[in-house]
Amino acid sequence: MSSKYDVLVIGGGNAALCAAISARRGGASVLVLEGAPKFYRGGNTRHTRNMRCAHDAATEILTGPYTEEEFWEDLLRVTGGQTDEVLARHMIRESKDILNWIVEQGVRWQPSLGGTLSLGRTNSFFLGGGRAMLNALYLTAENLGVEVEYDAEVTDLVIEDGMFLAARLKRPINGETEIRATSLVAAAGGFEANIEWLKQYWGEAADNFLIRGTPYNRGSILKMLLAKGVQEVGDPTQCHAVAIDARAPKFDGGIITRHDSVVFGIVVNKHSQRFYDEGEDIWPKRYAIWGRLVAAQPDQIAYIIFDSTVVTSFMPTLFPPIAGQTIAELAGKLELDPAALERTLTEFNAAVQPGTFDHTILDDCRTEGITPQKTHWARRIETPPYLAYPVRPGITFTYLGTRVNKEARLLMADGKSSANMFAAGEIMAGNVLGKGYAAGMGMTIGSVFGRIAGREAARHAKN
Amino acid sequence: MHGTQILDEADRLMTVCNSCRYCEGLCAVFPAMEMRRAFSDGDLNYLANLCHSCGACYVDCQFSPPHEFNVNVPKTLAVARAESYAAYAWPLALSGAFARNGLVISIVAALSMAAFILGFAALNDRNVLFGVHTGPGAFYKLMPHNAMAALFSAAFLFAILALVMSVRAFWRDIGTPIGGRADGGSIFQAMRDAGELRYLHGGGVGCYNEDDKPTDRRKLYHHLTFYGFLLCFAATSVATLYHYLLGREAPYPWWDLPVVLGTLGGIGLIVGPIGLFIAKSRRAPELLDENRYGMDVGFIAMLFLTGVTGMLLLLLRETSAMGPLLALHLGAVFALFITMPYGKFVHGIYRFAALVRYAQERRSEAGS
Repeated sequence: MSSKYDVLVIGGGNAALCAAISARRGGASVLVLEGAPKFYRGGNTRHTRNMRCAHDAATEILTGPYTEEEFWEDLLRVTGGQTDEVLARHMIRESKDILNWIVEQGVRWQPSLGGTLSLGRTNSFFLGGGRAMLNALYLTAENLGVEVEYDAEVTDLVIEDGMFLAARLKRPINGETEIRATSLVAAAGGFEANIEWLKQYWGEAADNFLIRGTPYNRGSILKMLLAKGVQEVGDPTQCHAVAIDARAPKFDGGIITRHDSVVFGIVVNKHSQRFYDEGEDIWPKRYAIWGRLVAAQPDQIAYIIFDSTVVTSFMPTLFPPIAGQTIAELAGKLELDPAALERTLTEFNAAVQPGTFDHTILDDCRTEGITPQKTHWARRIETPPYLAYPVRPGITFTYLGTRVNKEARLLMADGKSSANMFAAGEIMAGNVLGKGYAAGMGMTIGSVFGRIAGREAARHAKN
Repeated sequence: MHGTQILDEADRLMTVCNSCRYCEGLCAVFPAMEMRRAFSDGDLNYLANLCHSCGACYVDCQFSPPHEFNVNVPKTLAVARAESYAAYAWPLALSGAFARNGLVISIVAALSMAAFILGFAALNDRNVLFGVHTGPGAFYKLMPHNAMAALFSAAFLFAILALVMSVRAFWRDIGTPIGGRADGGSIFQAMRDAGELRYLHGGGVGCYNEDDKPTDRRKLYHHLTFYGFLLCFAATSVATLYHYLLGREAPYPWWDLPVVLGTLGGIGLIVGPIGLFIAKSRRAPELLDENRYGMDVGFIAMLFLTGVTGMLLLLLRETSAMGPLLALHLGAVFALFITMPYGKFVHGIYRFAALVRYAQERRSEAGS
């Protein structure tokens, strides 16, 4: 007879570990199945650095209050209203207590990192980064008696009438290839590393996407759940995607391949044409649209162009900028048409209006008479050497997911809620994020819904 | 490109780390790194000596091996640090002592102890060497006080001179961008940081040594060793004052200040090095600069030997073993002194200088 757990958690990141800890603290026996090897455990959490939580007053590490209402307005703005208000407001309310709860699980906060723009009030940073956060959660979970298995790929879920019965494994654990549990928490992330799946929606363009996390985020659990009658949520082409250095590795380049220099220059495509307002809003609210913008350009490539006056305005980069003493030389190195790039820069420089530059606010440095406009932080690019970063879409995580209710309980395609299946993290992020992104929200979704899912899964199992 | 392979690698890592910065709350290395966008040899040697090898940045790094970025800051900086000791050694001709340091230290220690034994045997009658001597001046029956004082003063002054010249070269090399002399406030800050090993704590949870759990006790063992060493040094200093100011000659009774200080220090110098040695032998290979194992263990062994021979001398000083034990103890201390500038001892000096520099940089940043 096979062993049976109260709660089975599939996945090994922030959401999964918060669920496991919360279920264990609720008195349940818990097994965590992480599909990746130990070093790569934790999905995208290993690359994160902060979490966005509401708070009514400044704290030791946060410079001022960030009310539920302001959080909600930010979410509304970045998603363009494509969010489930009831769930989102619930999440925002719960996020306040997460600031303390996560510390009780061993995670440590620190003030916003040096060089990160404008996040000091809204986002709490993990001391030591996302992997340190994960290490703390795993240590706590193991000390509480949560069992964890790595390289534990799930090949099938046995689900009957919206009721989870068992998970089948590729590699036997303790001689068993089937794990039974009273409740299931699915916290196994999105399908961003599954290029074939991405191609269903993006076509061949997906071949030019770089994946910011590990190759293990293949969305197999998401696919199984949707195939077995769980209700789908979200647009399959929507995702958290940023512009990252085109020289980055295909997988797992993480944070250090990203560029924060867009607002200090202009961005052109392979035809040397600008295609979007580089100064639309402050960077933490806009960085996550640039992946999609670049994805929509020919060959999914673009170039951030700036000059020597701004090189110290943003964080140093892993890959050095490509430099040219003249625009033509730079264009040559980028394999762009020199005449076209010179024309674009000349037109841009001529359109720049006088103003007082301040990257921390929506300043009055803007262009006039060109399309698209650069509405803030527009300054002439005219001091050699001219510099450029080539960028491609870097996919962090996808938004297509499983629909849940406020208990993080899965809803079935017929609208009924599942008796014993819950979901947390990126696998259900699409409930809150219809599109767009604001820094640190993925971790909020993971911790808040992970904690809820674990608690509810344990409650179901103990009843 | 830098002068050495390890500095090239350290430069590569600091470029990776400077575009990440997740570790900035863990210790002083990363905030110091963030004050720079490019790294000279001096900068990298500064950062290498600022690193206390707590291991946290390795365990917390998403890019540590087997990741293709292959980021291993503790090990890289450990190698760079050890190479910096040789690079700044004075006189430079003796920098080779760092190459096979374990062997050098063992040979020097063995020769030194043998020299004292043979010297005692040659200069003293057998009855004196194995005789029982008690009361004030007992030790000086085996070796005249003035000879002892002259020999050890010379060794000590040489060690001081070599250390000063070495650290001066280091200080000049890490001088940019702020340069200049150390100020009192920064020195005081560095004394506090060094005194409590502020940066040997994994950013608060503790250090990593044999696995990914922060259970390391090196801080405790280091405190025992360091403060044990200081207490022994204080014991010798007080005894010197007794001798010259009060005209009171060693050995002193067990309750007297030099003996109390020396006993407490000796216990630290026995327990501390044992703990450090066990920690070293258990250290995860990915964190260990295995080529410097000899240097690390050599220094630990010298401190341990000094502690053990000193304690044995105290316990058996009223027996016929006193003569040989005094020779062994003096031999160990003499070897410790003359090898100080050419072994692991220098880590404390360079790290202290780096901490002073860091305190200065923090002040200048806060002031700007």
